[in-house]
Amino acid sequence: MTNYIIRRILQMIPVLFGVTLLVFLLLRVSGDPVQLMLGEDATAEQVAQLRAAMGLDRPLHVQYISYMSDLLRGDFGTSIRYNNQPALQVVLERLPATAQLAGMALLVAIVISLPAAIIAAYWRGRIPDYIASFLSVLGQAMPSFWFGIMLILVFGITLSWLPVSGQDQPGAVILPGLALGASLAGVLTRLLRSSLLEVMNQDFIRTARAKGLHPRTIIFRHVLRNSILSYLTVIGLETAALMAGAVVTEQVFAWPGIGLLVIQAINFRDMAVVQAVIILSAIIVMMTSLIVDILYSLIDPRIQHG
Amino acid sequence: MADIHILATGRASSRLADLRLSGVAIVCIGILTIFILMAIFAAFIAPYEPSLPDLRARLAPPMWNEGGTTAHILGTDHLGRDMLSRLVYGSRIALLVGFFGVIVASLIGTAIGLIAGFVGGAVDSVLMAVVNTLLAVPNTLLYITVLAVFGQSLTLLIIVIGCINWTTFARVVRGEVLSIKQREFIEASRAIGQRPIVTIIRHILPNVLGPIIVIATMNVAMLIILEATLSFLGLGVQPPTVTWGRMLADGRDYVATAWWLAALPGVMITLLTLSLIFLGDWLRDRLDTRSDQ
Repeated sequence: MTNYIIRRILQMIPVLFGVTLLVFLLLRVSGDPVQLMLGEDATAEQVAQLRAAMGLDRPLHVQYISYMSDLLRGDFGTSIRYNNQPALQVVLERLPATAQLAGMALLVAIVISLPAAIIAAYWRGRIPDYIASFLSVLGQAMPSFWFGIMLILVFGITLSWLPVSGQDQPGAVILPGLALGASLAGVLTRLLRSSLLEVMNQDFIRTARAKGLHPRTIIFRHVLRNSILSYLTVIGLETAALMAGAVVTEQVFAWPGIGLLVIQAINFRDMAVVQAVIILSAIIVMMTSLIVDILYSLIDPRIQHG
Repeated sequence: MADIHILATGRASSRLADLRLSGVAIVCIGILTIFILMAIFAAFIAPYEPSLPDLRARLAPPMWNEGGTTAHILGTDHLGRDMLSRLVYGSRIALLVGFFGVIVASLIGTAIGLIAGFVGGAVDSVLMAVVNTLLAVPNTLLYITVLAVFGQSLTLLIIVIGCINWTTFARVVRGEVLSIKQREFIEASRAIGQRPIVTIIRHILPNVLGPIIVIATMNVAMLIILEATLSFLGLGVQPPTVTWGRMLADGRDYVATAWWLAALPGVMITLLTLSLIFLGDWLRDRLDTRSDQ
């Protein structure tokens, strides 16, 4: 097990290397930051001076090496938009808001998908199944930002039940959470339904039925228990995707998280912040998938990692 | 006889002739056809020039609403532009990005997947490292950054999608190739001295076609949502070209007073993606070689 974890962490290194290389190249072709910092009226001399001071006149591979050594020391550059604060700090400050939104979306997705999938599988091929299946595809088909705007229209404006922007008012997280969670709810419902149906076709369920167990007991005690593993895996993997998917949702609801930050940073060409967000989210994605794999083998001892 | 043929060559593509339509599939294909016709014949269908403002007719509601007129069946936007005409023209960009994005991505992904799976070894490791790198970065972030850096145009958008979105195709094709490689007919084709490229094109490619078609269908839906998202954020194809995402972004400011501005483009996107996802599901049931073994 320990060997497996070490090997997985070692496998992350080339990927992280690739991500940093990708970000580095993107930043270098994104235009001259010096020109942007000094403005239009800067003389050629001033520009050359600042370029030399920032090390931008060196060959590309030298720049990459010094860039990597900065990153390894946790130095992601400074934000030109936020008074030269360290970019990493600017991003980390926004992380809790996005985590809160993603948590709410996850809660929404579980609360909807768990009963919906059980209902669909229990009444397979009948009307409840069709309704649940249609709604779950609809959840995936709707653009989340449109669903968000429609939620604002109905619950924020027409009914005035819930706040529609910002983070300060109580209940402010509900609508953005719904908007972000709807698509995941659809994915999870479809997945759990089909894995429930698969388990229901197995021999031990037929035995349970033959024993005369109540259908409800069979569903909850036998079928659900054996289906829940893949469901939990997808939840784990999607959590990281949720953090990134929050980009548009945060935009719609003016939610002060990483998504709102990264769009503002891009519009401002504040590339240090953009790179910190990309590298940080890559790390979160990889860590989550590692944790899911470890949990997976802890829950299901049949899975062996050599 | 036909069954024997399929068994003999292991060809998934010959199942295509065998597709029997279900009710859901007919409805989905019908909706898709309407959208495609709408995109092609937009100039004939749209009653007005889509970017022509008419300030006297600003924010006119749809005809069934109070104050609506038959002059603008679906109302007008904040500049008095006809909503119906704009929605019709918007289908062009959505479908272009969806279809061409998938074509470019599936060509790149299939080629890389075939090579990685067939050649194996160090080539496979390097290609899979590239795949894992692209999968580790949340794709929306990557699209936003790349488009912000390189600028926005339809061609560029399709190329960027091709360069980022191919990973799913590559992974699935590689997996299929690895399992097909073990089968007897590949060994046989090698034994009779066929060149690897011939083996790939004649024997492996037809077998991975089924999964590719299924993923491609689902992927078109995903790309249509992506295009709308990017346009919504101002990073898609720029005005005066009409995009549903941009319409939604404009309509967002008027959601309290003129709901149709934001609601209608979303209805169009959802209808289109909904029918693509259902179609993809139906194709999966029909083409997935594993599910009927």
